[in-house]
Amino acid sequence: MTKYTDQGKQDTRSGYGAGMTELGRTNPNVVALCADLVGSLKIETFIEENPERFFQVGIAEANMMGIAAGLTIGGKIPFASSFANFATGRVYDQIRQSIAYSDKNVKICASHAGLTLGEDGATHQILEDIGLMKMLPGMTVINPCDFNQTKAATIAIAEHHGPVYLRFGRPKVANFTPVDQKFEIGKALLLSEGTDVSIVATGHLVWQALLAAENLENQGISAEVINIHTIKPLDEKAILDSVKKTGCVVTAEEHNYLGGLGESVARVLAMHHPTPQEFVATQDTFGESGTPDQLMEKYGLNNKAIEAAVLRVLKRK
Amino acid sequence: MPNTQELQDLVVQVRRDILRMVHKVNSGHPGGSLGCTEFMVALYNEIMDLKDGFDMDGIGEDLFFLSNGHISPVFYSVLARRGYFPIEELNTFRLINSRLQGHPTTHEGLPGVRVASGSLGQGMSVAIGAALTKKLNNDDHLVFSLHGDGELQEGQNWEAIMFAAGNKVDNLIATIDRNGQQIDGPTEEVLPLGDVPEKFRVFGWDVLEIKNGNDLEQVVAGLREAKSRTGKGKPVCVVMDTVMGNGVDFMMYTHAWHGKAPNDEQLATALAQNPETLGDY
Repeated sequence: MTKYTDQGKQDTRSGYGAGMTELGRTNPNVVALCADLVGSLKIETFIEENPERFFQVGIAEANMMGIAAGLTIGGKIPFASSFANFATGRVYDQIRQSIAYSDKNVKICASHAGLTLGEDGATHQILEDIGLMKMLPGMTVINPCDFNQTKAATIAIAEHHGPVYLRFGRPKVANFTPVDQKFEIGKALLLSEGTDVSIVATGHLVWQALLAAENLENQGISAEVINIHTIKPLDEKAILDSVKKTGCVVTAEEHNYLGGLGESVARVLAMHHPTPQEFVATQDTFGESGTPDQLMEKYGLNNKAIEAAVLRVLKRK
Repeated sequence: MPNTQELQDLVVQVRRDILRMVHKVNSGHPGGSLGCTEFMVALYNEIMDLKDGFDMDGIGEDLFFLSNGHISPVFYSVLARRGYFPIEELNTFRLINSRLQGHPTTHEGLPGVRVASGSLGQGMSVAIGAALTKKLNNDDHLVFSLHGDGELQEGQNWEAIMFAAGNKVDNLIATIDRNGQQIDGPTEEVLPLGDVPEKFRVFGWDVLEIKNGNDLEQVVAGLREAKSRTGKGKPVCVVMDTVMGNGVDFMMYTHAWHGKAPNDEQLATALAQNPETLGDY
């Protein structure tokens, strides 16, 4: 299998910006909206090159979601972007009625998701957004793991008809997926093969899972790492194939254990192949101020937490 | 001038449809529907430039968005009688497996509906988005929307009102149904709206008023005037005074019939005040 290495740290939000730049050049129907966070969302190049296809809505996210829904009528593909907290929880009913229930082809693109937003603290660190979005009928939920994958996902969702929630983050993290890897919505990626335990991770936790697997290997534990970039629709077959082989699973995500990837995986296992599972996730708590690394350490969302969870789950096999 | 008698006949028939629809399922919102009947009939039969048939994108035709989705009975009746779907289908209003949901939705594929509404305050934003796409597509058709006056209490409207003026969305005509009533009572008692036309003006809109929104000729003239004011750099707002429950004497001048259906006897009285014109479904 490919041995993944960090090609140089980059932020996933810049992957979104790079994807938007490319879409601006290749798809004339793509339009962008932002609620006073252009710099944070890294879409300056798209705006510079396509000023007529950008709508600055100001600090008014509810209006942004409604306008995005309306823009689809007549064939535009709106990418509405803000921080994850303001792009989901703040505007849940607008997304529910005007976008999801109305079957509108809107892409909700959310940066600064989770604890790694850092110093701004819990008001801005949403850990519930995956749950909120995956519960909406028809909504696709994607949480890519690095710059390259976020860029590829941004480009891929323009070709998918229907509402999408694309979640990414603020900090510079390892960029390790191949630059030219095709992004297939709903198709999990097997990153490293193993036989003792399956580590099913999403977003920033995928790299942490790879680091954990490497350490575990030194301890004689063979871990399989699966990158679940699409939480809904979930690649059930990839998960089941893996756990049937390994017999236990650790899920890892920068999200509350309630409503996140872990619960989606648990449902699949409960239905088809009951398996011991440990959850690397926040434990029904809000975040707080701190550096991203401090927070991921304190709330148990790094490679060390994954290793500990693996050791726990192995005992339950 | 339009053939006023034909439109007036349609108004009366639509009133009958509304009353019969809500009576059959003993639920729905007759008050606001009756108050907006003249407006909806005029809009769809005299004002809007519409293509035959329905497609979601609506390129090359005027669009309408109903923000106060609870007045679905008048919307459905006017759509059906304009030919969007079979008039008989009004019989299925609010029934299980119907395309005519309690509040309008695209989800069941009902022709004529382009967005779900019912949770209030969202329609103006959607209308603005559709108007922006018309501009991007170089489509010089207009976007119309209708909003309850009580609905203006939802803050999202004011985000939208600010945006539309700031971005010169001048292919949009938003009408406010100023009937002065909402579920809990008169708007000025529940949460005062104050001077609605002036509020739109200071937000940068071109505002005109229809003093009697239940007078068909005034509605047609007002909407024509509104159309003439589009394309001049400002979104256009029509503040239209109506009487909730108009056309049925015991339903008028009260919020009691906002969300209540008539019983058999009340229905008979109401229908007697509105004799059949174009044929009941």
